[in-house]
Amino acid sequence: MRITQGTFSFLPDLTDDQIRAQIEYCLGQGWAISLEYTDDPHPRNTYWEMFGMPMFDLRDAAGVMTEVQAARGTFPDHYIKLNAFDSTRGFETIRLSFIVNRPLHEPGFALGREEAAGRTIRYTIRPYATDRPEGGRYS
Amino acid sequence: MTSQTDPGTTAVGPAASAPPLDLEAALADSQVEELLATLDRDLVGLVPVKTRIREIAALLLIEKLRMGVGLSAGPPSLHMSFTGNPGTGKTTVAMRMAEILHRLGYSRKGHLVAVTRDDLVGQFIGHTAPKTKEVLKRAMGGVLFIDEAYYLYRPENERDYGQEAIEILLQVMENQRDDLVVILAGYKDRMERFFQMNPGMSSRIAHHVDFPDYEADELFSIAELMLERMQYRLSPDAARALGEYIDRRRMQRNFANARSIRNALDRARLRQANRLFDRRGAPLGREDLMTIEAEDIRASRVFDRSETTVEGSQ
Repeated sequence: MRITQGTFSFLPDLTDDQIRAQIEYCLGQGWAISLEYTDDPHPRNTYWEMFGMPMFDLRDAAGVMTEVQAARGTFPDHYIKLNAFDSTRGFETIRLSFIVNRPLHEPGFALGREEAAGRTIRYTIRPYATDRPEGGRYS
Repeated sequence: MTSQTDPGTTAVGPAASAPPLDLEAALADSQVEELLATLDRDLVGLVPVKTRIREIAALLLIEKLRMGVGLSAGPPSLHMSFTGNPGTGKTTVAMRMAEILHRLGYSRKGHLVAVTRDDLVGQFIGHTAPKTKEVLKRAMGGVLFIDEAYYLYRPENERDYGQEAIEILLQVMENQRDDLVVILAGYKDRMERFFQMNPGMSSRIAHHVDFPDYEADELFSIAELMLERMQYRLSPDAARALGEYIDRRRMQRNFANARSIRNALDRARLRQANRLFDRRGAPLGREDLMTIEAEDIRASRVFDRSETTVEGSQ
């Protein structure tokens, strides 16, 4: 099951040229770009691991692309997302975020049911990938 | 628009009938001529440097035209080394170079990131690589200007982290040539020793540009240019005094060409302000505020007997 999240979740994965164009836009807006990775695709897993430091004062997309390639090289079988942070007063938040790398095979989610008081059923989802320990989930 | 003839479909029209390329139009299009003209106008002297920059600009323009008709010699290596004594205009020229490369389309953003050893080399193991990479990322799309580059390499300390910075730098200089242009700057003799010790660096630098020291009359023109920009002028006496000042200052230690002149003018401005302040009560006109008198310059310690004054204390 293909995980989607972030700004372009309704589109097919962006090509490198499209990613570069998006980065150019972000830098043009004066946003700081950072990369994050994870191998736990649960939708409530909000805080991914940082890949390196956020990048401030960049002028050209080439710098970020180098970092994206480095992240893909280090974590080829992880989800990697690119975040653009706007420090303008009033925003001070992520303005744009999208996935730039995903595992080749995404097994999807199991539906869990829990019997609660009064025959209530509680539902939950659990990624099949997390059956295995961190680091070895998609290899 | 295709300027290339297609051999498959046009059997009658051989390549010889392709329209001649318009060098003039390409030149006007890049607006580089205008930039070179301002370089000529704004920078006094430096004839060999200007000639080299003109040559480089010509090469890049022709390379662009060649690419337009499908001839390719691969992207040209643009890394440079600027050698010369302090105050000979290396940083200024580097800034202009960034602009020229930008106009010619060899640098996407055309900004200049000026760094020294401190910005590249870390304090402990594992600190250097991220530091250097961060600087490189900031410089991508523009020009990285490394002042006093020879300090990166310290042969006397074999555990120095400078070597690590050099290796990362070399890798990027080789692999990301269209993303980044590196300009190394420093004293000529030390740079030569640096290149001897690091042949990898030397072989990746295509253009070695040497900045000569300024002559006395060139320094005087520089002073005039600086004063004009600051909206001051010299009285005839002061002009004579400045001429003498330059002659004396050049003979002294720690002479930093245009930088020393700038400092001297700054101090002269200080003394002028003091002089005007001391004669309070007397009417003060626009002329008085603009004019630097001989006494403002002659009060300098350079006119003392002692030959051992150091920069910053005159």
